[in-house]
Amino acid sequence: MPEVSVLEAVRDTLDEALAADERVFLLGEDLEAGGVFRATDGLAGKYPGRVLDTPLAESSIIGITIGAAHYGQRPIAEIQFADFIHAGFDQLCSEASRWSWRTRGEQYLPMVVRTPWGGGVHGGQHHSQSIEAYYAHMPGIKIVAPAFPADYRSLLKAAIADPNPVLFLEHKRTYRLIRQEIEGAPAEDRIGRARITRRGDDLTVFAYGLMLHEALTAAEELEVEGVECTVVDLLTLNPLDTETILEAARATGKVLIVHEDTLTGGLGGEIAAIIAEHAFEDLDAPIRRLAGPDIPPVPFHEVMEASFMPDHAKIVGAARELAAW
Amino acid sequence: MATATVTMPQLGESVTEGTVLQWLKRPGDAVALDESLCEIETEKVAAELPSPFEGKLGEILVPEGETVDVDAPLCTIVETAGASPPGAPSLPRRFRRRTRAEAPAPGADHSRAGVYSPVVQRLAERHGIDLAAIAGSGRGGRVTRKDVQAVIDEREREAAAAEGIPPAAAPPPLPEGEVVPAPEEATVARSDAWDAVPLSPTRRTIGENMARSTREAPQAWMMVEADVTGLVALRERERERFSGVDLTYLPYFASTVAHTLTDFPELNARWHGDELRRYRRVNLGIAIATERGLVVPVVPNARDLSVAGLARRIDDLVSRAHAGKLRIGDIEEGTFTVNNTGAFGSIASNPIVNHPQIAIVTMERVVRRPVVVEGDAIAIRAMMNVALSFDHRALDGAEAGAFLAALKERLEALR
Repeated sequence: MPEVSVLEAVRDTLDEALAADERVFLLGEDLEAGGVFRATDGLAGKYPGRVLDTPLAESSIIGITIGAAHYGQRPIAEIQFADFIHAGFDQLCSEASRWSWRTRGEQYLPMVVRTPWGGGVHGGQHHSQSIEAYYAHMPGIKIVAPAFPADYRSLLKAAIADPNPVLFLEHKRTYRLIRQEIEGAPAEDRIGRARITRRGDDLTVFAYGLMLHEALTAAEELEVEGVECTVVDLLTLNPLDTETILEAARATGKVLIVHEDTLTGGLGGEIAAIIAEHAFEDLDAPIRRLAGPDIPPVPFHEVMEASFMPDHAKIVGAARELAAW
Repeated sequence: MATATVTMPQLGESVTEGTVLQWLKRPGDAVALDESLCEIETEKVAAELPSPFEGKLGEILVPEGETVDVDAPLCTIVETAGASPPGAPSLPRRFRRRTRAEAPAPGADHSRAGVYSPVVQRLAERHGIDLAAIAGSGRGGRVTRKDVQAVIDEREREAAAAEGIPPAAAPPPLPEGEVVPAPEEATVARSDAWDAVPLSPTRRTIGENMARSTREAPQAWMMVEADVTGLVALRERERERFSGVDLTYLPYFASTVAHTLTDFPELNARWHGDELRRYRRVNLGIAIATERGLVVPVVPNARDLSVAGLARRIDDLVSRAHAGKLRIGDIEEGTFTVNNTGAFGSIASNPIVNHPQIAIVTMERVVRRPVVVEGDAIAIRAMMNVALSFDHRALDGAEAGAFLAALKERLEALR
């Protein structure tokens, strides 16, 4: 079977969506030339007039996307780096998220905003940020952040088919790093489901995006020491899959939540609260969070960036402590 | 900085051991000379233990509730600079002999031994596990979920071995590879999904008897309601004069049933395959719910006892049933059973005949209800349902109905 990278998985899915539905079109910065990460490479030539370049104006990109969705199109916007998306915050949170509520469910906004996020690429403070927590606070915006190419395939497809606004987060470090053998059409999946990727009875690690891969690497290292991890790929960050989260937390009673987003107000707090609220009697240790430190930018310098980012070694250290608790 | 060890003092000449009731200091707390470290109890006296040293509490070596010999190390004190070295003259005399400065043995940290997480407490309670008996593998000797689970698994294995059941096969390991498809149904560890409760001998017997009764005896059911306003008043009056045991409705009911059976010998019988044995005596079974399950001890020759006599006899059976001290003779040769389901708050129940007896009667909860009385008036009366299940092989609805009607009449006549 052919190996597919995350980037190829995204491109293939966009290609299929453009081919399958006339209403689908792409818009964003430098898309016609293939995009800075090459996610739309070749698509402008294949689908003339349906891959649109926009000015460097994120508020407009999202505003146009909302408008097109109003008119029955299936727009897919790309924000070149997630760090820039906040210029469109008002459009997303004050407009897109509420449309079906404002119309009492009579109208929907079938739109997708794709954006590369996360650090680990020496991108410095404007190309490395995690932005999910701001938007996960906003009911009405679904957020998807897969880790494996197969999930990029099926969940991007599900996002495009979804009648509501979906923020689709693509971890830029994994674009070419993570490859997987996939054949044929994407598997059917739905937004809102987390997956228990590995089962062990000592502790449960929750992660998403790049951190999921770090967590799996850590789990392999820990296995050698006799520490068995359950690892959960959250996949959807809003709404969270409470059922799977609780099942996985209950399975071990010890919980480690990992994200590269900064600690305070990050999703780890929400996940910890869900577990504390509903699985208190199944807990065997205090819930532990491993996250980026509370400093504003992801640093540029290699050493400092490595110190900022959680990785498998840090996960192993935290997990060891938790397992011994 | 020196580390000194505080040991269990000898509180009284003949005392050889003491129990740490409660630690008043936690590791890291500053401790002044003679400040109380913990409460100790011996068979003679309980006392607070004054610290023979000044410094910080290092480690607690004996968890709360644990009993150790005199002179056993209780905790360590890390002495602050300038404090007296152990054995110096400033120490209280009575402790000087038993204190010594030494590093605690590695791995002897039991500071968290008595601290239990929510899941550990829940599992221990559900499975009746004594946590103090488990050597914790967690930090500071903490008992972890896995420690408790190991005890539960061990018990299950033992129970299974005793039953000759092979242990459940371990689930197959996950295949290698990065992505594992999400399972369709929850596959939580089996011990998380349910708990295996081995059947006690009592439970097993109840199960066999009930299954046999429903399998062999085709059972029919009927119910009447009785106006027991008079009985309520009667019992209130007699209860005040009654001493020794609390006077419930049950003795009145037992007495009434026993006497009604005089006129209905066909119900005071046992099924014996090809014959029905009618008994001359009424040996009345009384269903009693105990912690171990249902037991039905028998009041032999119940007709010979007064209500007061029945009250005392039943009280004796109930207390012995709860204590698990019924003798074989107490539960044999019942001829008819009474079940006081009203005690559970039930107003209608469908009992299973206590095979090989052929009928069982329940007395339901006494409730005050508006009822139509003579002259089409509505009055508030104390009403009670009386339900009867009977073995339809042995008798028919007509006899059963006649018995219930007679029982109702006798109950309503009590006043």
